[in-house]
Amino acid sequence: MDFDPSDEQRLLKESVDRLVADHYGFDDRRRYQAGPGGFSEAMWARYAELGLLGLPFAEADGGFGGGPVETAIVMEAFGRGLVLEPYLATVVLAGGLLRHAADAGQKAGLVPEIAAGRLRLAFGYAEPQSRYDLFDVETRAERVEGGWRISGRKGLVLHGDSADAVIVTARTAGDRRDRAGIGLFLVRADAPGLTRQGYPTQDGLRAAELVLDGVRVGGEALIGDPGGALPVVERVADEAVAALCAEAVGCFDEMNAITLDYLKTRQQFGTTIGSFQVLQHRAVDMFVELEQSRSMALYAGMMADDEDPQERARAVSAAKVQIGKSARAIGREAIQLHGGVGMTMEHRIGHYFKRVTMLDLLLGDVGHHLARLAALDGLVREQA
Amino acid sequence: MDLRFTDDELAFRDEVRAFCRTALPAGIRDKLVAGGSPSKDDMVRWTRILADRGWAVPHWPVEHGGTGWSPIKQYIFTEELAQTPAPAPLAFGVNMVGPVIYTFGSEAQKRRFLPRIVRLDDWWCQGFSEPGAGSDLASLRTRAVRDGEFYVVNGQKTWTTLAQHADWIFCLVRTDPAAKKQAGISFLLIDMRSPGITVRPIQTIDGGHEVNEVFLDEVRVPVENRVGEENRGWDYAKFLLGNERVTIARVGVSKERIRRIKALAAQQSVGGVRLLDRQDFREKLAAVEVELKALEMTQLRVLANEAKRETGKQDPASSILKIKGSEIQQATSELLLEVVGPYALPYQPREELDGRNEPPIGPDWASTIAPSYFNLRKVSIYGGSNEIQRSIIAKAILGL
Repeated sequence: MDFDPSDEQRLLKESVDRLVADHYGFDDRRRYQAGPGGFSEAMWARYAELGLLGLPFAEADGGFGGGPVETAIVMEAFGRGLVLEPYLATVVLAGGLLRHAADAGQKAGLVPEIAAGRLRLAFGYAEPQSRYDLFDVETRAERVEGGWRISGRKGLVLHGDSADAVIVTARTAGDRRDRAGIGLFLVRADAPGLTRQGYPTQDGLRAAELVLDGVRVGGEALIGDPGGALPVVERVADEAVAALCAEAVGCFDEMNAITLDYLKTRQQFGTTIGSFQVLQHRAVDMFVELEQSRSMALYAGMMADDEDPQERARAVSAAKVQIGKSARAIGREAIQLHGGVGMTMEHRIGHYFKRVTMLDLLLGDVGHHLARLAALDGLVREQA
Repeated sequence: MDLRFTDDELAFRDEVRAFCRTALPAGIRDKLVAGGSPSKDDMVRWTRILADRGWAVPHWPVEHGGTGWSPIKQYIFTEELAQTPAPAPLAFGVNMVGPVIYTFGSEAQKRRFLPRIVRLDDWWCQGFSEPGAGSDLASLRTRAVRDGEFYVVNGQKTWTTLAQHADWIFCLVRTDPAAKKQAGISFLLIDMRSPGITVRPIQTIDGGHEVNEVFLDEVRVPVENRVGEENRGWDYAKFLLGNERVTIARVGVSKERIRRIKALAAQQSVGGVRLLDRQDFREKLAAVEVELKALEMTQLRVLANEAKRETGKQDPASSILKIKGSEIQQATSELLLEVVGPYALPYQPREELDGRNEPPIGPDWASTIAPSYFNLRKVSIYGGSNEIQRSIIAKAILGL
């Protein structure tokens, strides 16, 4: 057991932390948000320069061979800066699908483009009716001459409005809630029959609702097994949850720092409000939540590439439960301890509050992951 | 970074597990599974089994009987004992006064006391708390006045755990009444057979006798039984309490309790459904398991950092162990109460059950559940209450 980052990991952390500290101030972020796509093309280019966009891909495929720990380092820094760019969508989600399911030719065509910052992808895994069930897929893909024809709806596609292409789950066989019969298809943004309705999300990021109306794609658009994609989808979702946990830790860390700073400077009744024990203990509870979340994010990162899907699922779900609960606890305390100013759009704290609240609702909330963990008999089981 | 146990650590875990399973007398294990406490004889017997294996004081320096294990291996050992479940070595000797003696004590004290701690020849108890000094420990008033080669000690200690079995007590006493609070305190080792010592039991809300009052009336203590320097006792006490924090999370204890909850919930039927199969119960339990896993990872982070930290400098994460560890222990006891249900009601103290011929009322495992729930309220009070812990974190870590 070794909690020390390697030299490479330490270097990565330093450079990402510095990038965020230098280029992701509150006003920078507001400016990026107003740009096309709701994020900064310039920052995206910097991520490419730093090697972040190719980070998790194998070196043979044009990446840098990073694992969940490296992804977590990036995501934690991004959480600290409330980063807007579609890193999760492109690199973690769509990139994960390519890593685990694409053939060599597909990877050769796509991975170098992603790594260079020339290709942004999104992943349409959800549908209006599916809530958090990844297997609940109504969208259908039928085999036609020269490829596939896809029809259906995809909801809450993160950064789906700005992506150059979207990977969607679509059913090649079976009924809506069958685990078998699901395939993955790469759909270009300009494909005839694809309509994208983009919108801002509560936390200042972007998403889209997609309608696929007889969209025709070639045979090369199919990624992996046409009817057996669900295990890959679940694996990538687990990796993404681990990444979100790391992002949340970055947010929590910053929220606690901002709140502590406020407690130490805000004067009331002739003294700093941080001298009041009732507020001190609430700040401590926030600190405990942060450290417990950090522990679980590490655990999720450690288990995210576990080959045993059940062990992986237990760990990742447990971490998401912790993160979701901590998001509520830290979020409400951070706003409360700020008082009225915490309610304003002008203050940073509320933006973190909104992001961590939404993080709980991505890829399964506390209730969803608690049920999943309970169904897998929990974490403490009989000893061998 | 690799947070998995190494092959060597896993092999070690299996070795400890196998040893505990075969070496621990079944009667002791059964008692602990049922939620009971080991007797003095059980403790002595088990400690000597561990001592014969060379494992009675793993964290001590090798010259005094320690093993030289890494902090992670020590942790694995403690966890395996707890999950067997086997009694933990008596903390007052092994974790508290022993390290104080080998760190600050004289050569004569080391030779005299340490080997007897290893084999539990001497049962130690802790004389810190006083009726007027609970969380505010430094306000203690027990006095020790020098009289030639003796201190004459007068005062009262309280909450003295298992003093009824004790051969020795280590006490904080005030040797300089003029000095400010922490400065005038010394650390004395006192023979419990000394004239002038009276032990009076305190019955706790679970009906048990675990803690006591200890009265010291003109007790003569040889000066050679003072540890370290006069009036420096507070430093030694802080050292002692700092060591306590590493073991206080009780992760293994809570894991064992969760397995017990699952085993018992599998036998209970609620509304025609096994309790263990009810979704609401499973989720409630899973929520505690998540907290416990987070605590375990926090504990491991603290341990991994320990070797790298300057001595005396506390890892911020370590102060969480007491708060979360106690909350989780209490949560498992609440779940056990929920599992047993209405047959937690009959009050059937162990001694009465052992002494009569009729079978117990209700399931035979039920009688300890409510007392254990009552008893575990202590864990958020002792060792610096959780509120004190929060104030420590606020000051030392958050800078408030």
